[in-house]
Amino acid sequence: MDVKILGPGCRNCRALEKATRAALDGLGLAADVEEVTDYAAIAGYGVMSTPGLVVDGRVLVSGRVPTTRELTELLAGAGG
Amino acid sequence: MTETLVRSPGRHRWGLVAAGVGAGAAWVAAYRVNGLVWEPLLTHVLGLDPASRTYETVRFFCYDTVKIVLLLALIVFVVTVLRSFMSLERTRALLGGRREGAGNVLAAGLGVVTPFCSCSAVPAFIGFVAAGVPLGVTLSFLIASPLVNEVAIGLLLSLFGWRVTLLYVGAGLTVAVVAGFVLGRLRLERWVEPFVLETRLDGEPVDPGAGLTIEQRIAMGAQEVRSILRRIWPYLLVGIGLGALIHGWAPADLFVRYAGSGSATGVLVAVLLGVPLYSNAAGILPLVEALYGQGLPMGTLLAFMMAVVGLSLPELVLLRRVLKPPLLAVFVGVVAASIVGVGYLFNAVLT
Repeated sequence: MDVKILGPGCRNCRALEKATRAALDGLGLAADVEEVTDYAAIAGYGVMSTPGLVVDGRVLVSGRVPTTRELTELLAGAGG
Repeated sequence: MTETLVRSPGRHRWGLVAAGVGAGAAWVAAYRVNGLVWEPLLTHVLGLDPASRTYETVRFFCYDTVKIVLLLALIVFVVTVLRSFMSLERTRALLGGRREGAGNVLAAGLGVVTPFCSCSAVPAFIGFVAAGVPLGVTLSFLIASPLVNEVAIGLLLSLFGWRVTLLYVGAGLTVAVVAGFVLGRLRLERWVEPFVLETRLDGEPVDPGAGLTIEQRIAMGAQEVRSILRRIWPYLLVGIGLGALIHGWAPADLFVRYAGSGSATGVLVAVLLGVPLYSNAAGILPLVEALYGQGLPMGTLLAFMMAVVGLSLPELVLLRRVLKPPLLAVFVGVVAASIVGVGYLFNAVLT
């Protein structure tokens, strides 16, 4: 599973990364979590409100930090 | 967590309503108590003389800090929940293909209601321009967004009443429309960083607010209140502290002498002072309140507030990523000139 966190390094971006890692750990999924901080790359995904979460090339979340529980559901859906 | 899953949806809804009513009652109680508690506390418990400057300063600081935090929490919460139905993606779709003029007006209006944080300024700029929204229209949006936001509106309304609020909103929108239109006319596209125009929007845009449950929207509101208070409390305390010092200690005619209604350069000085200062509506309004108490004209103060809130160094540093220095300089110049203009207009209308 290829997981990308889109965001220029703001507080919410770090919060999303933490919650995503926690959700991945909870699911026992192995994934590469990569931070994308380049603005052109972020915009290239069609994301205008940071932070964003991209899994296997698909934007799942943009502009908010979901709870770990919601992320668990989203990631389980994307991985399964 | 597990408990909410077991409960039936109907009972859950009632729990939500009860929690909302409880939170509302607690808010009203806290607001009332704040109005009553400081005088007895400071005079009887701390033994301050109610006629002294120290008492006035400390009372202003304590009362205003609690009041502003309470107002801010309420406004940010309500606004975030309402705004979760709106998004940058929808705004861009509405602006796509608009011509300058009408596009600038629409962009300024949408700047007020679209959820937006300055950390998203750059991706939003790229997203707008790369999708074909004209540069001037995009800039109208970016100017209006911090200048006329609901936090500023809510706080102005509760501190100064609807007349000043309407003037501020009208002036802020005018600044955004005029400055955006002028910047669009100047044909400055060559000073946009080339990568912006080369960016290809491949991904499918995701609407952040689409399909959320009411619980998720409420959680977003609570999260935003925490995040905003955590981010702005230093600005808040500095603003209220300065306001309190001015309220208690400034000689009555100090500010009026230099920037009073009789002074021709008052607005200009206020804007020149305000541009390099960086704060937000919540941090600057206690200062505006105290200066108004000192007899400064409202137009001058609102121009000062716009300069502080609308143009800030951190935002310019961010915009530097997408705008080359000459465009950035013209941007600051046009916005500042527009603010000076409405400041003088205000003073003429209000007196």
